[in-house]
Amino acid sequence: MKQKKSRVVRYNKWGYIFLIPFVAVYLIFQLTPLVSTIWNSFFENYRSGLKQIGPNFIGLANYAKILSSGELWRYAGNTMIMWIIGFVPQIFFSLLLAAWFTDPSLRLKGQRFFKTVIYLPNLIMASAFAMLFFTLFADSGPVNSILINLHLIAKPYKWMSHVASTRNLIGLMNFVMWFGNTTILLMAGMMGIDQSLYEAAEVDGATSTQIFFRITLPLLRPILVYVLITSLIGGLQMFDVPQILTNGTGDPMRSTLSMIMWLNKHLYSKNYGMGGALSVLLFIITAVLSIIVFKFTQERNS
Amino acid sequence: MDEVKKRKTASVHVRRAVAYAVLVFLTLLCLIWFYILIINATRSHSELSKGFTPIPSTHLIQNWVNLLHGTLPVFRGLANSLIVAGSNAVLCTYFSTMTAYAIHAYNFKLKKFMFTFILAVMMIPTQVTALGFIQLMTKMKLMDNLLPLILPSIAAPVTFFYMKQYMESVLPMSLIEAARMDGAGEFRTFNIIVVPLMKPAIAVQAIFTFVGSWNNYFTPALILHKDRVKTLPILIAQLRAADWLKFDMGQVYVMILFSILPVVIVYLFLSKYIVGGVTAGGVKE
Repeated sequence: MKQKKSRVVRYNKWGYIFLIPFVAVYLIFQLTPLVSTIWNSFFENYRSGLKQIGPNFIGLANYAKILSSGELWRYAGNTMIMWIIGFVPQIFFSLLLAAWFTDPSLRLKGQRFFKTVIYLPNLIMASAFAMLFFTLFADSGPVNSILINLHLIAKPYKWMSHVASTRNLIGLMNFVMWFGNTTILLMAGMMGIDQSLYEAAEVDGATSTQIFFRITLPLLRPILVYVLITSLIGGLQMFDVPQILTNGTGDPMRSTLSMIMWLNKHLYSKNYGMGGALSVLLFIITAVLSIIVFKFTQERNS
Repeated sequence: MDEVKKRKTASVHVRRAVAYAVLVFLTLLCLIWFYILIINATRSHSELSKGFTPIPSTHLIQNWVNLLHGTLPVFRGLANSLIVAGSNAVLCTYFSTMTAYAIHAYNFKLKKFMFTFILAVMMIPTQVTALGFIQLMTKMKLMDNLLPLILPSIAAPVTFFYMKQYMESVLPMSLIEAARMDGAGEFRTFNIIVVPLMKPAIAVQAIFTFVGSWNNYFTPALILHKDRVKTLPILIAQLRAADWLKFDMGQVYVMILFSILPVVIVYLFLSKYIVGGVTAGGVKE
C-alpha cells in the first residue's frame, strides 16, 4: 500500500516537469514584459529631440495626461466606428447564412463550397489584403477604372481622401475577413439546438421567421454574446488593416488611426511612459470584456 | 390542407432562391479582390495604367523576374517567414500538447491553480505587453533576431485549451496505466503514445499556428529592422511606404499574390479540416 502511494507520487511529479517549458517561456516572454510594461507606465520616459528625458517616477501622471487628452477618446472613437461598420453586416449575414445552412427544409446545395469560400478571407494576410485594397482603390486603380467604364462615375473617386470612404473600406475589409468565421461559430451553436423544438413549432404552424426569432435567437444568446465580445476584443486590437492602408498615418486627418496604431507610434518614438499607460488601459478594458465572456460560458456550461 | 402545403412549398422555393442569390453575392464579394489581383499580376505596368480589363495578359513571369531583381529581399523574406511559421507550428503544438498532458494526466497540488491561471491569461493581447517585450529583447540582445518570434509560441494558452479539450475525448487514463505497466518512462509514454493519438488535433492547430504566424505583422515589425531578417508582412509594409507612384505596379501585384498564395494553396487542400477546426477550439458544446 505504501509502495503504491509513493509510486503515484513519483508519477505525479511529472506533472510539474511537463509544465516547465510552458511556465518558463510564459514567465520570460509574457509575464515579465507585462509587469515591466505596467512598471513603465509610472515613469516619465521619452525622447525630446536628441535628449532623453527620465526615467523619473511620476506616479499616475501618465494616466492623468492620457485620459485628459482628447487624443485617446478620438482614437478610441475611430476604432469603435470602424469596428461597428464591419461588425453590423458581419453579424447580420452570419446569422442569415448560419440559419440557412442549418435549415433542413431548405436543403441548400454546395454548402461545402460556400463555406470554403466565405472562410477563405479569414486566412489571408491582413497586411497583404490591405495593400491589395490600397492598390485596387487607388485614384487610378482598377475599381475606379471599372466604375468609370460602367458609367457609374464620371471621374475617379478619391477613396483614400474622404473620412467616410476610408473608414468604410476598413470596415468592409474587416467584414469580408470575419463573417465566414462568425458564420461557422453560429452554425455550431444552431446545430446544438434541440431539433424537437423546431418540429413542435412547425406542427403548431409557426413560420420560419417566427421560428428564427422565437426559438433560434433566444437559445443562441450565449454564443451571440461570445461572438460579440470576442469580436469587440479583436476590434480593439485593430492594427494591420488601417496601418498598411494608410501607411501608419491614419489619414485622412487621423480619422482612421486606431488605438493600437497610436500605441505603435509611442513604441516607435520610444515614449515608454505614455506607451505603458496606454497599454495598461487597453489591458484593463480587455480584462473586463474577457471576464464577461467567461461568466457567460460558465453560465452555459452549468 | 393541400392548399397550405402548396403555399409552404412555394415559400420554400422563394426562400431557397433568396438564399442562393445572397450566397452568390457574398461569394463574389469574397473572391472579386483576388480575381482582380490575379489578372493584374499578369499585366505589365503600361497595361495597368490604361485601366482594368477582365482578361489576363502575358507578363506574369516578367513581373516576377523584375520583382526578384528589384530592391525587396523577396526570397530572404520567404525563407524567414517559412522558418518562423514552421518553427511556431512545431513548437506550439508539441509543447501545448505537453502542457495539456501535464494537466490532464497528473494530480498535483498546483494543478487547479495552473489550469485557472492559463485560462485567465488566454485573452491577454500581445500588443499590451509589446512595450516590455521589446525592452527585454533589447536587453537580451535579441533584436533583429528571429528567436523572439519563435520561442514565445511554446506558451500558447489558446492551443493548450484546444489540446486539453481534445485529450479529454481521446485519451483514456487506462492506456497510460498500461504503458506504465510495460515499464515505459513517462517522457517516453508521452512521445510514443500520447503524441500519435493527438495527431488530428496537432494537425489542425499546426495549420492555425502556421497561418497566424505567417500573417503576423505587429510584433515582427517592432523586432526586425534589418533586411536579412525581415518576414513577408514587413516587406509588404515596406512596399506600401515606398514611393509607389514610381513603382512598377505589376511587381506590386505579384508581390501581394506571392505573399498570400502559399496559405491559399494549403487551404484549398485542407479546407475541410480547417473549417471543422474553427468551431472545435472556440465554442465547444
